[in-house]
Parts: sequence; structure tokens; C-alpha cells
Amino acid sequence: MDLATQARIKELAETESRGDLVVVIGHLDVGGAELAAATVTEGDPTWAGPLAGVPLGLPVFHILEPEVRAEVAPDAYEQHLGIMEMVLESDAPLQAVRAVRERAAAAK
Amino acid sequence: MFQGKRVIALGDRDGIQAPAIAECLTTAGAQVAFMNTECFV
Repeated sequence: MDLATQARIKELAETESRGDLVVVIGHLDVGGAELAAATVTEGDPTWAGPLAGVPLGLPVFHILEPEVRAEVAPDAYEQHLGIMEMVLESDAPLQAVRAVRERAAAAK
Repeated sequence: MFQGKRVIALGDRDGIQAPAIAECLTTAGAQVAFMNTECFV
């Protein structure tokens, strides 16, 4: 995750009610999804950015997880995500984000 | 789940881009606090 994005997320976590913040990821590759999820929960794993060593513990979801889909208006989901859901080769990116979320919740 | 929440949408240029995430979550009652589409080159 680029440094400017990390800085903005850190600022939001410091200035807004952390309980109101939710992170939603759209990466379709496992590595990218896992890295983004880990950065906003456990801190930057690459130790390169402002979130290095900063475990924000924000709840994180993948936009294609079933529980997220259930909350989105069906026509909007179809318009913006329908094709992407079809090209998703496996649910591994979704599972990767879920695993990070559950690991972070267990650590609290 | 998202009603009244402030969402940080992290998209990917080769995946689902942030504006699409934001549009969808707005219909779920969320407000967008920040969105960014990453680009790995």
C-alpha cells in the first residue's frame, strides 16, 4: 500500500471514531488483498510506511464477500461488481481478507 | 453492517476500483471517508 494512502488512513483512525470506520478491499489477487488487509489491521508488513508497527485493528472486508453483497442494493451490485465477480477465478482473495479479519479480532 | 459507518474503500487498478466499491457501499448506508485505487507498476 502506498505511503500516502497509509498516512491518510492513519490520520482518519486518529481523528474519527475508530468504531465507525470500516475498510473494504477490491483486490482480486490473494497477495494484494492480504497485504492491504494486514496493513489496516496489524500494521504495514513491509515496514515501509506510516502504518509500520501501528496495529489499527480496523474491521476489514472484501467487497465480494457474501455478507457484504447482502448489504448492497442488487442493481448497484450488478452494475459495478457483476462482471468482476464472474472473472474472479477463486474465492481465495476473499478468504485471505477474512483470515486477516478473524486473526485481528482474536488478537483484541 | 454498514449503516452509518465511514468506509475506507481500497480498490485495485487490476481488480475492483475504489469508485465501484464506494458506489455499492453507499447503497448499504455507508459514508465514504476515503477511497483510493492502487496501481502496482
